Amino acid sequence: MSKPLKQIHLAAHFPGVNNTTVWSDPAAGSHIEFSSFVHFARTAERAKFDFLFLAEGLRLREQGGQIYDLDVVGRPDTFTVLAALAAVTDRLGLTGTINSTFNEPYEVARQFASLDHLSGGRSAWNVVTSWDAFTGENFRRGGFLPQEERYSRAKEFLATAHELFDSWRGDEIIADRATGTFLRDAKAGAFVHRGQHFDIHGRFNVPRSPQGRPVIFQAGDSDEGREFAAAGADAIFSRYSTLQEGQAFYTDVKRRLAAYGRRPDQLLILPAATFVLGDTDQDAAELAREVRRQQVSGATAIKHLEFVWNRDLSAYDPEGPLPDVDPVVSEDHISRGRAQVRMYRDPVAIAREWRQLAEANKWSIRDLVINTGNRQTFVGSPATVARTVNDFVQADASDGFILVPHLTPAGLDPFADKVVPLLQERGVFRADYAGTTLRDHLGLAHPDAGAGGAPERAAS
Amino acid sequence: MSSTSPSHLHLAVALDGTGWHPASWRDPVAHPRDLLTAGYWADLVAEAERGLLDLVTFEDGLGPQSSHVLAPDERTDQVRGRLDAVLVASRVAPLTRHIGLVPTVVSTHTEPFHISKAIATLDYVSTGRGGLRVQVSARPDEAAHFGRRTVRRIESPDSPAARDVLTELFDEAADHVEVVRRLWDSWEDDAEIRDAATGRFIDRDKLHYIDFEGRHFSVKGPSITPRPPQGQPLVTALAHRSAAYRLVARQADIGYVTPQDADQARAIVAEIRAEQRAAGRAADTLHVFGDLVVFLDDSRAQAQERRERLDALAGEPYTSDARIFTGTAGQLTDLLEELSTGGLTGFRLRPAVAGHDLPRVSRDLVPELQRRGRFRDAYEADTLRGLLGLARPANRYSSRPPASPEPESGAGATPTPTATA
Repeated sequence: MSKPLKQIHLAAHFPGVNNTTVWSDPAAGSHIEFSSFVHFARTAERAKFDFLFLAEGLRLREQGGQIYDLDVVGRPDTFTVLAALAAVTDRLGLTGTINSTFNEPYEVARQFASLDHLSGGRSAWNVVTSWDAFTGENFRRGGFLPQEERYSRAKEFLATAHELFDSWRGDEIIADRATGTFLRDAKAGAFVHRGQHFDIHGRFNVPRSPQGRPVIFQAGDSDEGREFAAAGADAIFSRYSTLQEGQAFYTDVKRRLAAYGRRPDQLLILPAATFVLGDTDQDAAELAREVRRQQVSGATAIKHLEFVWNRDLSAYDPEGPLPDVDPVVSEDHISRGRAQVRMYRDPVAIAREWRQLAEANKWSIRDLVINTGNRQTFVGSPATVARTVNDFVQADASDGFILVPHLTPAGLDPFADKVVPLLQERGVFRADYAGTTLRDHLGLAHPDAGAGGAPERAAS
Repeated sequence: MSSTSPSHLHLAVALDGTGWHPASWRDPVAHPRDLLTAGYWADLVAEAERGLLDLVTFEDGLGPQSSHVLAPDERTDQVRGRLDAVLVASRVAPLTRHIGLVPTVVSTHTEPFHISKAIATLDYVSTGRGGLRVQVSARPDEAAHFGRRTVRRIESPDSPAARDVLTELFDEAADHVEVVRRLWDSWEDDAEIRDAATGRFIDRDKLHYIDFEGRHFSVKGPSITPRPPQGQPLVTALAHRSAAYRLVARQADIGYVTPQDADQARAIVAEIRAEQRAAGRAADTLHVFGDLVVFLDDSRAQAQERRERLDALAGEPYTSDARIFTGTAGQLTDLLEELSTGGLTGFRLRPAVAGHDLPRVSRDLVPELQRRGRFRDAYEADTLRGLLGLARPANRYSSRPPASPEPESGAGATPTPTATA
């Protein structure tokens, strides 16, 4: 064999606030009760997953000036629920998405350092940026960032947080009763940061945590986002889950690492992926079609068409043909608080393409949205899915996947029970945790503190 | 349903590091090297729950601990460094079943939107036992950790200049809590409908913009987190002077105060009750708890001797804003009964040495109070509000019942918010 088998990394994304999550199914439970989070986390840990992942949204989505009511709405505070999950799990990593625009470095650093202590070294931070004034209306800092400044703030935010994490070396607390010396160093935690976005100084008040710093994830996909990840992230959460797109993304991001003096294995690439399992491939395919219909109700189809048309389409019949009016091209968008609408850069061309597709296939509006929207990544029998997951990873389309079940809280159970054992048999997924920290699970080195260590990170 | 007897006192314990005496970490029972572990906090809270206490509070701050109220120090002989209190409370929530969990949050530098959803989530993970203790920060060094505002340096909390600064900080805290509370109500309890026929997960008419516009900030809402199990988790605050009493009267469910005797307690309670009436909250249950530092032993002499030993280690006598008690559980029971004649409905005890005095509270003091018919024999409610005799409040935005024009909860001193969703 030319190269050794790669070990797959698997993570579990708690079903989110979007239409991937099916709430209408009789098996769908609460998205907010802690018992749902406990069930989900324990399944992931039973299956020896690397970590659990939580997304973020700091303002309820709106469409046409009203709160969007067709998807799951409502979620807990990320830090608080992760800290509670640390009490009901032992090894599972705990990854939270935390915005660098509507938070301050001192507070976020102490929350992650605290979470890392309270979980025995299992915390990770998915750093995201945001600039919309819409979300800013929920915050006293208010305002927003010019789009071009969001990465510069994010970079400086992360660099500042690292300075805070590194302001304790880890050997300061000696707590010597006899001499009465608690701290070796009167200035433990001292920091000064003067930059474009943050001008702060003083003393950080959380001593160094088991992992030193949380594992850093990055989720952006733009050129700037990829560069940001290459410069300092430990893992990147991508959305390319087809083989060819995945390989292109993988190659592109890994090749950027050398410029920062980093090796390809210092940044893991973990796309989001959905799955539908059946006893046979055919059963799974049928089930997948059913799930797609659950995900896209008639009402949801109309709302999704509005993302492109950018106008009220409530008068249209979801079972009828596509609108013959053209999209409204405007900076003012009918949907707010949703990242995906930014993907439609040329709505008029997309509308034209979709009309042609619908005519050629005799699709209704709902059929079109079902067929053009996000289909499940892995559909098949457990054997098929295990083989496909492994093929993707061995072909360098990713280093693993962040799996998003469509049901809360038990949607991960079939994957844990049926697919994971097959991956373990193939020797490509751990049979048990070898270490205790998330860095151990991901094969990442623990950062050195002190002695001027640390700045392998590109500062702003 | 709460079956809280009026003769029963409420008991809380304030957790802070290895205890409130600065040399407590040097006591043989202390575990100063475990302060940053979850197990340390889980053990303390389990001990408090064994004693059937109403709640524990967790101290916190946005800077290192200091021997000065208003400035940092560079001491190396005391505990420095701590974990985020909300996360500590959340970490122990799944390990406990009855006791209330009340972390400190600092209103001066935090976003009320984040605090609101954090405490709502604490309430979810503890199934109805969450609350907060709101604190202001007048330390310029803490302001410099955020770099977004400056706080005027004040020399002593009692100077006239300090009064202005503190009044402003406490007024801002009242706005902060107002936003936190409105956000808790920004979802009606039955907003989640899962109506398969129309495809709607929520009834958006039951979600509400809070449209808060204050002197210091504005917040739109609604929260991203549905209304928590208690509806309104507990809001508590420590108060030493008028500006803080007003905050307690306007926004809190419990005020912690520091009288030295029953007469002082009576005067403080009277001032808070007057402010409560002025705030239009006369009908609301507002507890006033007395704060006491406690050294508990089998004899007063032992307690006294332990205190002196710790003072000698610290190199100076321990002083506190709160009355310091040294003695037996029986003597402390006498004192609590006496102070309660001043109108206090409960006490928040600050163990001088957590590993020593907390077990003395749960194993000696509580049985003595029970013998005198002044404390519960078993947890009588599933929520913290229930333990404190507070009903689950109606939602201020609720449209039902249509006949009632006035919301039941919230701050009377601030304008009734309008629902605009």
